[in-house]
Amino acid sequence: MSNPAPTSPSPASEYGARFRSWDWRRALSPTGNFGDAVFRATLFCCALLLVLIVGAMFFEIGSNAGLSLSQFGLSFLTGREWDPIQGEFGALPFVYGTIVSSLLALALAVPVSLGIAVFLVEQAPRALARPSAFLVELLAAIPSVVYGLWGIFVLAPFLREHVGPPLQKWLGWLPFFQGTVTGIGLFTGGVILAIMVTPIITAVVRDVLAAVPVSQREAALALGATKWETTRIVLANGAPGIAGAIILGLGRAVGETMAVTMVIGNRPVISASLFEPSYTVASVIANEFTEATGDLYLSALVELGLVLFLVTFVINGAARLLVWSVTRGTSGVARA
Amino acid sequence: MNDTSKSPRATLALSIVSCLLFVAGCSGQGGGGTAAGPGGVRLQGAGATFPNPLYQKWLSEYGKAHADIKIDYQSIGSGGGIKQIKEQTVDFGASDAPMKDDDLKSAPGELLHIPTVLGAVVITYNLQGVAQPLRFSPAVVADIFLGKIKRWDDAALKTDNPGVSFPAADITVVHRSDGSGTSAVFTDYLSKVSPEWKEKVGAGTSPSWPVGQGGKGNEGVTGMVKQQPNSVGYVELAYATQNRLPAALIKNASGNFVEPGLDALTAAASESLPATPEDLRVSITNAGGTSAYPISSYTYILAYKDQKDAAKGKALVDFLWWAIHDGEGFAKDLQYAPLPADIVKRAEVKLNSITSGGKPLR
Repeated sequence: MSNPAPTSPSPASEYGARFRSWDWRRALSPTGNFGDAVFRATLFCCALLLVLIVGAMFFEIGSNAGLSLSQFGLSFLTGREWDPIQGEFGALPFVYGTIVSSLLALALAVPVSLGIAVFLVEQAPRALARPSAFLVELLAAIPSVVYGLWGIFVLAPFLREHVGPPLQKWLGWLPFFQGTVTGIGLFTGGVILAIMVTPIITAVVRDVLAAVPVSQREAALALGATKWETTRIVLANGAPGIAGAIILGLGRAVGETMAVTMVIGNRPVISASLFEPSYTVASVIANEFTEATGDLYLSALVELGLVLFLVTFVINGAARLLVWSVTRGTSGVARA
Repeated sequence: MNDTSKSPRATLALSIVSCLLFVAGCSGQGGGGTAAGPGGVRLQGAGATFPNPLYQKWLSEYGKAHADIKIDYQSIGSGGGIKQIKEQTVDFGASDAPMKDDDLKSAPGELLHIPTVLGAVVITYNLQGVAQPLRFSPAVVADIFLGKIKRWDDAALKTDNPGVSFPAADITVVHRSDGSGTSAVFTDYLSKVSPEWKEKVGAGTSPSWPVGQGGKGNEGVTGMVKQQPNSVGYVELAYATQNRLPAALIKNASGNFVEPGLDALTAAASESLPATPEDLRVSITNAGGTSAYPISSYTYILAYKDQKDAAKGKALVDFLWWAIHDGEGFAKDLQYAPLPADIVKRAEVKLNSITSGGKPLR
């Protein structure tokens, strides 16, 4: 009763008013309602906390990496040597291993995930779709160390015996498939990451596709489209959401530590061959931090954390840019 | 309008206050960790992962007899243990390798090394059709891990192992990828027996390996060796024994091929006694003596010579005294080699030298 009826000024004049004087009361609660103000302030605090945490992490990592930053400067990013005994630290092999293993994982996981999600939403009978969706979500909850041990004892021998040799036979002329197939290396790391990100991408894409209005499908079918053509329309409608799902999967792949460490071979080398051992940034931090002694060594490991931060920023930024450039002009469709 | 305009301001103030309270609450939780309970003493330790199973056993056994003393040990790694004892956030640290001179100098007080038990590194392998344990001489071990011996049918391997038919296959080398005391002991040994290793690689917890794949932890190395035919790697003795891995005999400084075992470790420690300095910081790899296994080391507990808190210092000294006497009885069951009697005597001297405010604690 005491609430003043919110007048609704024309958008143009409200816009102008905002520039003339910033009304903090209105900023706190557009309706002037006390409850709304508390609600809004609480939400603001939550959001602020996130910013503060990221800021604090960035500051802490940056200050602890100071010694390494001043000692090596930019050569830290281009250096290929990682020798704690001699005090030489270069991050390039780790950055290379992180990016290549993640991209390999996405290249393998995205088509499969899209296939699973489309099948679950568009094709599968309900009796099959429900349990399958449950299984997919179950896969996402398996701890990564379990994936890692499974990787060593099951996946690596399987790839060594049954996947590596045929790949080498047919595609051995490519630099990517040369060298000895030991079952441990960049390829196995990429495959295990693909298995780990598939449930995540699938689960999100499934929700995105389910959110595409039924009317879209009905319209396509009414026009005489086949199932395939209808699916393409549904996928196009869900494109921004699907891109979001892929970015989420990429984030998991870049930051994954335990499972990759178990199978990637942990050697800081840059080799074109996917069968050679490699190393990722997250793995080397997890491997060496506990036993690192000496200020420079510790500082170099912390700087690797900073590098991982930057790599994640750059990859995420690039992915966002890609999404933006692809979905320009398709506004008003389902967004996840 | 007038009364509604007041409340948002109050809300803003309220929310800022609650934010600050929240932050303050978060930051206030760190302190008070080592506060003693009423009448009791609480000790915190942290460090090496290698002796952790034994230390946990000690804490539980000691706790049964001394209900008023609560001791916690966190196995965060030797590097972390050294860092924490230097920053005095724990009452005792633990490390597999003795601290370096620089580290000791930058500590805020004099740190003592109390050896507790002995561990060893064994070379394990996966060779189909070879039943008898392999024998390695030091130069062969170094050359395999340097990448100079690349194949199993190398002449040097055949010389060490007459009668073994080696496959004509490449050797897959597996090493630890995580920084580890096991790697430190192994590379310390290699540096002693191979000048080339010393110059090219050196000794440390995370050396830059010339060849091979890295496995995380003993279980990672074991997994890789088990799954890859014709591979070779190194793991802790306790781990190899518990998992019944093949373990190679190593030629020691006296020219004997010695099987890794607890008695061979205690023998290596006894043989190294004349060379053991007063502060007990010693490497016992490549020890002399006919029965000494050459790739072994002590693991240490680190404590300040001058204890700030007399009650806690007394509890710590009593516990360590119990550990190097009664505690040694639990070692063999858990696959650790007990200290030789002479080293126990020298550790006793160290414990007796611990003081608080100038007064001895024992």
